[in-house]
Amino acid sequence: MLAAVISLGSLGCFAAILLAMAARRFAVKVDPRQAALLDVLAGANCGACGYPGCSAYARALVAGTARPDLCRPGGPETLARIATILDMEVATGEPQIAVVRCRGNRRQSRAKYDYQGLEDCRAAQKLAFGPKTCPGGCLGLGSCVQHCPFGALNINEQGLAEVDRDRCTGCGLCVSVCPRQVLALAPARSHIHVQCNSPDAGRKVKNYCHVGCIGCRLCMKTAPECFVMEGFLAKVNYGHEKPTAMADAMERCPHHCIQDLAEPRETATHSPSAEERTS
Amino acid sequence: MKRRSFPGGTHPPQHKSATADTPSEICPLPPELVIPLAQHVGAPAVACVNAGQRVGRGQVVGKPNGFVSVPVHASTSGLVVAVEPRPHPCGAELPAVVLQPDGDDVWAEEYLTQSFHVLTTETMLERIREAGVVGMGGAAFPTHVKLDPPHGKTIDTAIVNAVECEPWLTADRRVLLEQRDKVLTGLEVLQKISGARQMWIGLEDNQTDVAALLAPHCKQRGVGIAVMPAKYPQGAERQLIYAITGRRVPTRGLPMDVGVLVQNIGTVAALTDAVTRARPLIERMVTISGPNVVRPRNLRVRIGTPIAHLLKHCGLREEAAKVLLGGPMMGTAQHTLAVPVLRGTSGVLAFRRQDITAPAGGSCLRCGRCVAACPMHLLPTFIADYARRDALDLAERFAARNCIECGSCSFVCPAGIPLVQSIRYAKGAILARRRST
Repeated sequence: MLAAVISLGSLGCFAAILLAMAARRFAVKVDPRQAALLDVLAGANCGACGYPGCSAYARALVAGTARPDLCRPGGPETLARIATILDMEVATGEPQIAVVRCRGNRRQSRAKYDYQGLEDCRAAQKLAFGPKTCPGGCLGLGSCVQHCPFGALNINEQGLAEVDRDRCTGCGLCVSVCPRQVLALAPARSHIHVQCNSPDAGRKVKNYCHVGCIGCRLCMKTAPECFVMEGFLAKVNYGHEKPTAMADAMERCPHHCIQDLAEPRETATHSPSAEERTS
Repeated sequence: MKRRSFPGGTHPPQHKSATADTPSEICPLPPELVIPLAQHVGAPAVACVNAGQRVGRGQVVGKPNGFVSVPVHASTSGLVVAVEPRPHPCGAELPAVVLQPDGDDVWAEEYLTQSFHVLTTETMLERIREAGVVGMGGAAFPTHVKLDPPHGKTIDTAIVNAVECEPWLTADRRVLLEQRDKVLTGLEVLQKISGARQMWIGLEDNQTDVAALLAPHCKQRGVGIAVMPAKYPQGAERQLIYAITGRRVPTRGLPMDVGVLVQNIGTVAALTDAVTRARPLIERMVTISGPNVVRPRNLRVRIGTPIAHLLKHCGLREEAAKVLLGGPMMGTAQHTLAVPVLRGTSGVLAFRRQDITAPAGGSCLRCGRCVAACPMHLLPTFIADYARRDALDLAERFAARNCIECGSCSFVCPAGIPLVQSIRYAKGAILARRRST
């Protein structure tokens, strides 16, 4: 009995000493900053920074090979913390948010054909360039929803993608997944957006969508500097917004493409009812 | 005669009797021809006529742009109304020459008749290119490129593909029956250009009557007739080569790597016109069929005829719910009937609402039917699953890029999973990723 206790005990002690020595000798030196960085990063492993996950990004930060402002979901707070840990000074980037640039739901926008197949916008886009006549309209099959790591996207009952402004971190994954670039990043504090992505001229747009930008430039005339034209498509000139003038432009937009997304949505269809027409 | 086949494949209902024994008709000229400048694999032609210009039948309206490119010709004489984007079977609007026929149908120039025996290979290839001959089985690859293999590659076997394994289609059969002399001359031209020692015509065993008719002529010319069991996709290039010669085309290779050249039967007939008469490819045999067509038949159609015109000529029972260009297995559904017949269009199929069954859309049962059907020995259900999960590395490791998109897997799947669509998506994504890195 005693012999067994002594022999096993000494064996245990020996092994413990060996392990302790091995731990010292073969220790992998980790920069303590790396662990600290991993704590402050968002932890979603979304990959928006371009690295395979948060720990890879932390390693790259410590190595000095990555820019500190790449953690999109973390936003400015994370950037500030990264800056303290790495002891560097950075200008805080503007937080961004994804915007769906399409209002052409099933009733408003013409379908090119009935689509039966894989529930994936990118696969559908390969069949005759998508089941919607508009070349820029939201296909509503939810590739963005599947890829959003934060559950900030959903397809509404009208068949359009919708962004949950509270959940969206502006990581931009949906933007890269969408085959038609319907989604785009915009400054999070702006809430008036042009919700159309059709590159076509007005005459063509009128053929297939009731809520598409026809390139009439009325918004530019009403609120100069707030809007810019890219081809036949109006865009908000982010950073140069004037709320009152833009509210005016929003009113005057004949196809109601300019929308205030902070306000509760009006129902998408606005066709006068029978009573309205007769009165 | 041989009876060989390939492993895998499937047996879709054939539906060929609707048009197989009805003689072809000449399709009347439509009020407007839409001749796209992109009708072939490779660089689209460049328009060389302007709106308001009068053109003769067979006049070049689009010049080739590069080696892998062919000219495009006016299918009849008339007035060029516009050169503008028009609906194209690929689904986009692409530049096309819009032609208003004047009804006279006069050739732009007098054409010769010349025996090909006196011509050099170079002259023949030049004429083939100028005539705009492309693969008429569907892929529309420029024939002069295929007939002119790079140095170091020799062709010892030429196969004429008259298999027509797609259900409904009988255009190749009608070409064989009605343009036999053209086909036979074309065979000799093909042999002279390619230098092949062995020639084969590949047919399915539902065409034994044609095989019997051809047999004496072929024997005289030393051309073998290979009759293979009717199985889809027997007409696919790799499967056909394997069935006839027993050779396997390497996965990233071309038939020329194993010394084989495959040409569609319609292309061979077009070679005759191109070489002996220097006449361009402006007309082709098209099967108009499907349960929605009142008088299904084969039509000899001018390139650029809108399919609405063909369907009107053959009559529709009701408004078409679905119209396919090509066969039901690999053809493409069209969203407008304004799209024209191209050089590679083998058929127009119209279906009614009740003929279209919505896919079941279930989950994989692990039954393995797609694996058994795949003629390329792939695991379609795995690749499709990886494609859905964006696991492109895995899809690539499972050889997604070897898929020939024949659609056998989707056809046999009892759960109605869009397998071939998923694999096609994976292929595109893998290539796109390669290009970007």
